[in-house]
Amino acid sequence: MIANIISKSASSSGVAPNMSDYAQTYAGFSWETAAQSLMGLPDGRGINIAHEAVDRHAQGPRAQQLALRWLGRTGVTRDFSYRDLAEQTSRFANVLAGLGVQPGERVFVLAGRIPELYIAVLGALKQRCVVSPLFSAFGPEPIYTRLTLGGGSVLVTTASLYQKKIADLRARLPQLRHVLLVYGDADPVDIADTLDLAALMREASTTFVIGPTAADDPALLHFTSGTTGKPKGAVHVHGAVVAHDATGKLALDFHADDVFWCTADPGWVTGTSYGIISPLTNGVSSIVDEGDFDADRWYRILAEQKVSVWYTAPTAVRMMMKGGTELVHQHDFPRLRFIASVGEPLNPQAVCWGLDAFGLPIHDNWWQTETGGIMLANYVAMDIKPGSMGKPLPGIEAAIVKRCGEDAVEIITAPDVEGELALKRGWPSMFRGYLNEDERYRKCFAGEWYLSGDLAKCDADGYYWFIGRADDVIKSSGHLIGPFEVESALMEHPAVAEAGVIGKPDPVQLETVKAFVALKSGYVPSEVLRRELLGFARKRLGAAIAPKEIDFIENLPKTRSGKIMRRLLKARELGLPEGDTSTLESGA
Amino acid sequence: MTSYNREQIRDIIFDALGAIAPEVEPALIAPDRPLREQIDIDSFDFLNFIIRLHETLGIDIPEKDYAELLTLNSAVEYLTRRCAAQQ
Repeated sequence: MIANIISKSASSSGVAPNMSDYAQTYAGFSWETAAQSLMGLPDGRGINIAHEAVDRHAQGPRAQQLALRWLGRTGVTRDFSYRDLAEQTSRFANVLAGLGVQPGERVFVLAGRIPELYIAVLGALKQRCVVSPLFSAFGPEPIYTRLTLGGGSVLVTTASLYQKKIADLRARLPQLRHVLLVYGDADPVDIADTLDLAALMREASTTFVIGPTAADDPALLHFTSGTTGKPKGAVHVHGAVVAHDATGKLALDFHADDVFWCTADPGWVTGTSYGIISPLTNGVSSIVDEGDFDADRWYRILAEQKVSVWYTAPTAVRMMMKGGTELVHQHDFPRLRFIASVGEPLNPQAVCWGLDAFGLPIHDNWWQTETGGIMLANYVAMDIKPGSMGKPLPGIEAAIVKRCGEDAVEIITAPDVEGELALKRGWPSMFRGYLNEDERYRKCFAGEWYLSGDLAKCDADGYYWFIGRADDVIKSSGHLIGPFEVESALMEHPAVAEAGVIGKPDPVQLETVKAFVALKSGYVPSEVLRRELLGFARKRLGAAIAPKEIDFIENLPKTRSGKIMRRLLKARELGLPEGDTSTLESGA
Repeated sequence: MTSYNREQIRDIIFDALGAIAPEVEPALIAPDRPLREQIDIDSFDFLNFIIRLHETLGIDIPEKDYAELLTLNSAVEYLTRRCAAQQ
C-alpha cells in the first residue's frame, strides 16, 4: 500500500530545516538576498565559482575542515581540507597559465571520479577557462564530437583512457593543444604529445590570484542531447554559483556540519553542480566514491562515512530495491537525515522504499542541464506526494503551458491538465546559450518563458507531476540520449541501411536504448550479426549511450519526406495505438 | 541441478558477457583485475550479466555477494562453489 501523502513536521529530522515554511520562504525570496551568502572576489573584481567554493573557505575558519574525502575503488582514502583544495586548485590554475592557456579557452576533463578531476575543474575555473566535463564511459565518437564542437584546447584525462579512447582520434583534433595525463599509481611513460600532470603540478606554485571575473563570464559547458542533430553545448556562467549555493541550502538542506554524498558522476551536470560546486560553496564535507554502483558498498559508505545528506538517482534506488531491505538493515545510519534523487521521475514505490529501508522518504526533484540547478523539489519540511517532483524552488516561477505559434505560449491554470513545463527566465544558473547555435537556443524560449521540452501537470495544491518528454529524446538512467547520435553510429556499419532508435520503457533505467535496424541487400538478420552490431555500437559510443537491444526490421516507418517516425516505432514496440499516421509513407 | 567445472563456468561467464558486451575479447581479460576496469559495462549491464548467470546456472546471487564477481577468477571461484553447494 503506497501512501498518497507523506506528512512532515518541521522538526522530524532533528535538525532545524533551512526552510521550515515553504510558502513563506517562496513569498519572501530574492536572488539578490541569496547572493549575500557569497563573498565575491576581493576588491570588487566580480564573482568566480572556484573562489566561492574553495578559496574563501580556505582563507577563513573552515580552512582545516574536510572539503573532499575520496574513497578509492580499492579501499584507499584521501582527504582534502579546504586549504588543501585551495592549494591544489591553484597549482592547476598555474599549470594552465604556464602553458599559455588563456581565460575563455575550453578545458575538457575525462576521467573517473578521481581527485585530479575535481582539482582540474576548480583550478580551470580559477584561470577563468570554460570547463567541460565528459563522462568517462563515453566511447571515442561521443568524445570526438564534444571535443570538436566545444573547441577544446586542453584535455585532462588518465593515461589509460587516453590510450583507449583518444590516441587514435588525436590526428583529427588539431585544436587540442595540451593533453595532461594522470598516471595514478603507475609510473609515467612517454606517450607522444602528452604531458605528465603530476610533474607539472609539482613545479607549480600553490598560490594563484583569480583574475577579474564577471557574473556573465562563461564557466561551464555541459553537453546535452536533442532529437536531431549533434549534441548541444549548454553554456553556464560564473554567476550561476548563486543558484548552486541557494539550491543546496533550500532543496538539499545543507548545514555546516553535514557530510554529503552525491553519487552522480561529474561527467553529467548533477555531478558538477551538486557533486562539486554546491556542497563546497556551502562549506560542507563531500564524499567522492570512485567505485561503481554496488549496493553493499554503498550501504557501507553511508554508514561508515556518517553521511547525513545523500543525493542519488532513481536507477540506483531501483537497483537497491531489487535486493530488498535485508541487506540495508544490516547497517545503521544514525546520521542520515535527508535523501534526495534526481534524473528521472521517482516512482511512488521507490519514494516509500526509502521509508522501509532507511526510515526516510526519498525526495524527488527536477531540473535539467539547461537549468544548471534544481528547479522543482520536495523539501525537508514539506509534505511529499509520492510520485510528484514537488514545487518550484524559491526564486523560480514555473508553469504548465501550451505552445501557440512561433513565440507565444498559453499558460494552463486549470489543475491536472497536461502541458509543457516552463520556467520564467532570469534565474542565475539559467544557461546562456548553446555554443555556436543561437537558433537552437532561441527556440527554447517563448517570450519570458524557457520551454523545458518535458510534459507535466500541476495539481490543485501546486505539486508538479512529470508525464514524459515532448520529443524523441531518450531518458535513460537519468541521462538524456539523442536518438540521432546512436542512429548515426549504427549507420557506419557496412550492413546497416537505416536505423531508428527509441527509448523502451524499463523498470530500472526508466527507458533503455533500443535500436531498429534495416539491413542493406545482401545481409541477412542473424544472432551473429545482431551481436556484431551491438559490439560495433558499444565500441564507438560507450556503454552509457549504445543500445542495449537491437531488432532487425524490414523497413523503418518514415514520413513522406523521409523522416524516421520514432513515435510509431515506439507505439509498435509497446503494442499501442499508432495515432496520427497521415504523414506515413505508404508501405512502411 | 547440473554440475559444472571451472572451465564450464568460465565459458558461461564469457557467454553472459558476450550477450551484453559482444565487443569484449575474452583472451584479453586479465583474470585477477576487476572486470569493470577492463571492459566498458555500466551498472545496468552488470545487473543484466548477473541475471544471465542466475538464469543459466539456476543459482541465486544475492546482492551482498556481488563483490565476489569483481574479477574473472573470483567469479569463477564463487560460482563454482555456489553451484557445488546446491547439488
